[in-house]
Amino acid sequence: MERTTLDLWVGVFVVAGIAALVVLALKVGNLSTYNVSESYQLQAHFTNVGGLKPTASVRSAGVLVGRVVSIVLDTSNYDAKVTMSIDKRYQFPKDTFANILTSGLLGEQYIGLIPGGDDKMLQSGDEFKKTQSAVVLEDLIGKFLYNSSDAKK
Amino acid sequence: MNIVGGLRGIGKRVVNAVWRTGYGARFFVMTLRYSGMSFRRFRLTVREIFFSGVLSLIIILVAGMFVGMVLGLQGYETLKRYGSESALGSLVALSLVRELGPVLAALLFASRAGSAMTAEIGLMKATEQIDAMELMAVNPIARVVAPRFWAGVISMPLLAALFSAMGVFGGYVVGVVNIGVDEGSFWSQMQASVDFQHDILNGVIKSLVFGLAVTAIALFEGYDAPPTAEGVSGATTRTVVESSLAILMLDFILTAFMFQGA
Amino acid sequence: MSASLVELHDVNFAYDSRPILKGINMSFQKGKLIAIMGLSGCGKTTILRHIGGVLKPTKGYVKVDGQVIHELDPQGLYAMRRKMGMLFQFGALFTDMTVFDNVAFQMREHTDLPEEIIRDLVMMKLHAVGLYGTQELMPGELSGGMARRVALARTIALDPMLIMYDEPFAGLDPISLTVVGELIRRLNDALGATSIVVTHDVQESLKIVDYVYFVSNGAIIAEGSADDIRASGEAFVKQFVHGEMDGPIPFHYPGNDFNTDLGVHA
Repeated sequence: MERTTLDLWVGVFVVAGIAALVVLALKVGNLSTYNVSESYQLQAHFTNVGGLKPTASVRSAGVLVGRVVSIVLDTSNYDAKVTMSIDKRYQFPKDTFANILTSGLLGEQYIGLIPGGDDKMLQSGDEFKKTQSAVVLEDLIGKFLYNSSDAKK
Repeated sequence: MNIVGGLRGIGKRVVNAVWRTGYGARFFVMTLRYSGMSFRRFRLTVREIFFSGVLSLIIILVAGMFVGMVLGLQGYETLKRYGSESALGSLVALSLVRELGPVLAALLFASRAGSAMTAEIGLMKATEQIDAMELMAVNPIARVVAPRFWAGVISMPLLAALFSAMGVFGGYVVGVVNIGVDEGSFWSQMQASVDFQHDILNGVIKSLVFGLAVTAIALFEGYDAPPTAEGVSGATTRTVVESSLAILMLDFILTAFMFQGA
Repeated sequence: MSASLVELHDVNFAYDSRPILKGINMSFQKGKLIAIMGLSGCGKTTILRHIGGVLKPTKGYVKVDGQVIHELDPQGLYAMRRKMGMLFQFGALFTDMTVFDNVAFQMREHTDLPEEIIRDLVMMKLHAVGLYGTQELMPGELSGGMARRVALARTIALDPMLIMYDEPFAGLDPISLTVVGELIRRLNDALGATSIVVTHDVQESLKIVDYVYFVSNGAIIAEGSADDIRASGEAFVKQFVHGEMDGPIPFHYPGNDFNTDLGVHA
């Protein structure tokens, strides 16, 4: 049993295939920013999440700090309960403000965190008390039309 | 020609199709059951990876490159209207990783490697090589069919990944190098929207399923081919038709499962 | 009474409901070279497939080396097949392997012999069929006669006790024909094996065989030594052996009457 050129080619093929997967994972995908083990979970309630989706990013001052894990309807007061996992490296004060924002006019929606001044930090499982819902474009346009027709009178 | 005769013909075809489906399912189970040799003597499988995987490399790489370039051009033209050219990277990468990579690579694999497998096994049967093996007390399913099956299942995800990577590169060449989309936003938008688990792993799972389906169909068609020249050529055509349909139908089912509500 | 290696007892076989074999009784004695003759499609090959255990008789049984073939479990059947060799009509060489790998195939599949010993064995077998030196060729590069001889070397790779030949003379030129015929006889005697030759080549096989069964329409119609067959008075055997155009096997296909169809009325 000796090595043949056929083995070489198969080896090249397998290495190239795995390399392609790694490239996809690191360069194309977000594996490089994935840190499943070192994160903690926080919750927030929004009256309307708009187009926010699981895996959407959570940013503070524009820096990616975590991702949305799940979005469910909380039937106790019929609003949306969003769970996000935040990188362990980043801690936020208790009075941090959570906003649903849009990147660009038609871009993806994400959660923006604006830290407050509290000394106490949010712990795993805690909730953001202050939130602002997504801007729903239809409502906005509706308001604008309503206002402009008002103004004409 | 009377109605009864026509009905009888239809009935016969239906019964035949059901019969063949059952036979195919049993063939598949037998292949799995006699797979031990494919791993104990992995050399046999390595040899088949060469024939199905390595020999499909060129067509996969070239096709991937061109598909990515087309995506870059078309995507740019469309996105420009909404002023969001910077999203080109995520458009190219998402379409490739989720859909086009696994599906197109599998379609190419079916017509390149699947048809060759069918023809090879069909000819082995027509020239009594399968019978000869059986009479030499060597199980042809274990010795001939199973190594080819596993080679296909192993090759397919690798080919799909190469196709996608090549496609992203093609999109990059057209979008960034040719048209002049900002390089930074091309990559960062891509990374922000492509999720490893949700998009890339699901793409890999898709291509595994496609590889399984294509090789199972190709091997069965070859094994079941009438041992004549027309029989083998008919079986080769059926392999390409059936596996293409299977890929597209499975793609719909898998997509529905994977990306629902997301 | 000399022991018989293979015995067919009242073997019946039908595809769907079309009978192929109708109550075949045969007995093949150890060390002999026996021919089964008949027209194409009369069920000769089907008999071989029953002996190899590929097909199962609808009635009756086939006994090889004292064991009923269709009652063996898969392991038993495979163990039995290792003691058999079969030469297929056109050789059935594995087209993706070299001559060497073809002959070595069974040794590698069934034994743990080291590669050097396999090498020596393969060379011996190739030498026995007069093709030493062809080991690196692919089957596609061989002539029909050579391919048949390589297949023969592969068949005897594990020194089988029973060798079956399915139309070994089909499509060979006169020289290859004599060579293959001579090889069959010589290998049979050298290995002390029992050989069964299925053929419709009367002249070539009558030269080498010990005993002949004549099969027609799934039944035995004549049997005996080569001389018995040559001298047979049976009309069908006579037509077959001497290759006469008309006899019990008519020249015309049994269709409608030709004159009636043409509209010629007497």
